[in-house]
Amino acid sequence: MDNTILILARIQFAITLLYHFWFVALTLGLSILMALLETQYVRSGNSAYKVMVKFWGKLFLVNYAVGIVTGLVNEFQFGMNWSEYSRFVGSIFGPPLAFEALTAFFVESVAIGVWVYGWDKISRSAHLAVIWLVALSANYSAYWILAANSFMQHPVGHRLESGRVELVDLAALITNPYLFYQYSHTVLSGLVVAGYFVMAVSAYYLLRKEHIDSFRRSFKAGVVCALIATSLVVATGHFYNQYLADVQPMKMAASEALWETATPAPFVVIAVIDGDNRKNTYQLALPAGLSVLAYNSLNAPVQGMNDLQDEYTRQYGPGDYIPAVTVLFWSFRVMVGIGFWLVLLTAVNCWYWRKNEIDAHPALLKAVLWSLPLPYLAITLGWTMAEMGRQPWIVYGLLLTAKGVSKVVPAAYVWVSLSLYLTVYAFIAAAAIYVARKILLAGPDEQSTGDQDR
Amino acid sequence: MMDLNTVCFILFGLLFIGFLVLEGFDYGVGMLLPFLGESDSQRQAIIGTLAPVWEGNEVWLVGAGAVLFAAFPNAYATLFSGLYLALLLILVPLIMRGAAFEFRNKDTSLKWRKLWDCAIFGGSVLPALLWGIAVTNLLGGLPINGEMQFAGVFGDLISIYTLTGGLVFTSLFLLHGVAYLTLKIDQRFVPQVRATGLIIGKYAIALLAGFVILTLVFIGAPIAWGIMLTSVVALILCCRGLLNRRYAFSFVFSTTAIVCLTAGIFAGLFPRLIVSSLNPDWSLTIYNSASNPLALKIMAVTMMIVLPVVIGFEVWKYTIFRQRTIIAEESMESHGKLWEQLQGRLKELTGYADKISAALTKIKTILDNEQRQKALKTKNSGVMKQTQEFKGLLWRGRRLAAIMRKLIGILRP
Repeated sequence: MDNTILILARIQFAITLLYHFWFVALTLGLSILMALLETQYVRSGNSAYKVMVKFWGKLFLVNYAVGIVTGLVNEFQFGMNWSEYSRFVGSIFGPPLAFEALTAFFVESVAIGVWVYGWDKISRSAHLAVIWLVALSANYSAYWILAANSFMQHPVGHRLESGRVELVDLAALITNPYLFYQYSHTVLSGLVVAGYFVMAVSAYYLLRKEHIDSFRRSFKAGVVCALIATSLVVATGHFYNQYLADVQPMKMAASEALWETATPAPFVVIAVIDGDNRKNTYQLALPAGLSVLAYNSLNAPVQGMNDLQDEYTRQYGPGDYIPAVTVLFWSFRVMVGIGFWLVLLTAVNCWYWRKNEIDAHPALLKAVLWSLPLPYLAITLGWTMAEMGRQPWIVYGLLLTAKGVSKVVPAAYVWVSLSLYLTVYAFIAAAAIYVARKILLAGPDEQSTGDQDR
Repeated sequence: MMDLNTVCFILFGLLFIGFLVLEGFDYGVGMLLPFLGESDSQRQAIIGTLAPVWEGNEVWLVGAGAVLFAAFPNAYATLFSGLYLALLLILVPLIMRGAAFEFRNKDTSLKWRKLWDCAIFGGSVLPALLWGIAVTNLLGGLPINGEMQFAGVFGDLISIYTLTGGLVFTSLFLLHGVAYLTLKIDQRFVPQVRATGLIIGKYAIALLAGFVILTLVFIGAPIAWGIMLTSVVALILCCRGLLNRRYAFSFVFSTTAIVCLTAGIFAGLFPRLIVSSLNPDWSLTIYNSASNPLALKIMAVTMMIVLPVVIGFEVWKYTIFRQRTIIAEESMESHGKLWEQLQGRLKELTGYADKISAALTKIKTILDNEQRQKALKTKNSGVMKQTQEFKGLLWRGRRLAAIMRKLIGILRP
């Protein structure tokens, strides 16, 4: 079978999904922050909070709009590029997608419309309820799409019947333990992105000494949110990885560049990986480190990729079951590095903020500002690791990625769609950045409050 | 007692019809935008009627797609991989259109707005036409082979029948958009919308009648045909409503026309989902393309609970936004009027300059008098110099105003 369409479809999937998630991750967390700020406004009656909510709302909407239009592409893509996969998993993968649309998206889209255009049309408390509805439905929708993804990572609640999987246990599907780790890690990473976004934008204004009162308030919300979220995201990441050691040992071994089974297994800090000969040409390792990380034990054995490859060959027949080790290894390291850096930076910021000295340390604010791309990079690498670490499977242990791609679609079509999406996405990104910049330059509209209040 | 597959088919049909009805007026208004909106604020008001609702309307499409995936995965897979280019031509304009709603009003530059207006127009006309073509293809038949795979090329989607279907849906959406606008836009603007609607109405009725006849000739299916005939009646009633200025009435019937036409197509399909033009036995039906019974049962129960709630939510939203979108005052003025205003301002400015220079001459004479009296030459020469400089500046300002006036005169048609 021709490989071109497989490669193109995978590239398209990676680009469209990551692009979608950059915008969505922010809306997941920012909606919660906005809801908290509006709660403050309704409780205190201080219209300064309203100014801030409206300001963040503008930036939120830019992200939400891009999220919704790119989401449509993702849903259609399963049928367009991955029709054989769709046939195979439809009865299990479809219901979560449908639940997402029917129970979350409907509520969210209606609530957003009402929230944006309804400031002077409904009462304050109703308006507050609406923003909470937005925040909850956004984070609730993530649950369903991740339930679908968790099935691809760790299939449960199914049986194989006439060449496809069928749903036998809905409860098992939506209480998939993989989903528990993935959901908490993803939602928290959304909060990290939002926390840093709010902190960075506030830092920008604090450095310019404009709207200082408003952005001190926002910075506070951002830093508290980021402190909680960064530390939890690191913690959930750790437990997630321990769980991977059980259910996807190959992904774990590849992300740690562990070729041979070892008792105890070392933690490889950096390595030069030779994928062809299945070994590391150079590595710097902490003895027994991986055994401690994965099993909390100084002498637990950890399976290496070569043993797993032999085991899978016996189980599934001949084939290459080792994912792209170099990519996984470095994605994992950079992601974890960013995680720890963000925890540190947030903690320092929090310390000075508590001492009320945050404006007195421009270097700290600049560090926050320049760290804004890092959470985005980390979520990109996180998804790279989750999805590429699953290879060569599209549904772990059940269907190979190469078998999931559409049969009747010529490679030329995928070329056309890929280049069209790239062009349009680049254009939209440029427009979104332009608009966001305009919103930032204009700043919060401090004059407009009060008069539209009822 | 209906079986699960039929229940799911009907519920999917409801979602899809909901999508066509709601997104239908979105597309219609988007297509009308360049024809109705002469000035920027008119266009802004037209878009304003959609701004709070378009996201919610598009979710119906997401919902319909997901339900098709969950309940009839084979149909979803065959259709989406088979209609690849058509769907791509729907998706890309839809992306641009969605972005346009969010970005258009964020900059006042005319170029920027024109760009997004084009995106809204293109993102409405292409999906409207292509959805029409796609839906009629389901009934008209696609080259589906024995392995449930599409075995044709893009050109197979286009025939007289499907092309007529595409145009029928486009014209219906246009009329639906007109009916929606008459209810939602500034009262002063309604006559223009109505006039446009009456022109579209004639063509829409002719196209729809032609399509119904073609269906009878090519497809047969008496039940489908009967339901479609109702849509012709509904469309005629819709146009009568416009003619008699009963706008709510005409909106109800433009909705009915879309519902009946689509329901007719679905009735003609039942129990098939995609008709195979190669061999009737190879058609995808609600049985051979379905998920397992448990998945169907879950989908049916979920939809039966969720759909009423969603509809209630939508009603709530449309009640909140029941007010008409007002066209901002400035918008009613044409460019010529703006120029006149500018000229008026300039005249005013020159007038001020004249007054100031007169006042200055007065001051100067007073100063001169005082100067003679007190004979303090050293101090006053400074004042004199300043006064003269100031007068020079004013004179230059007047020259500038005159030049600008001349330039405006050249620019004005």
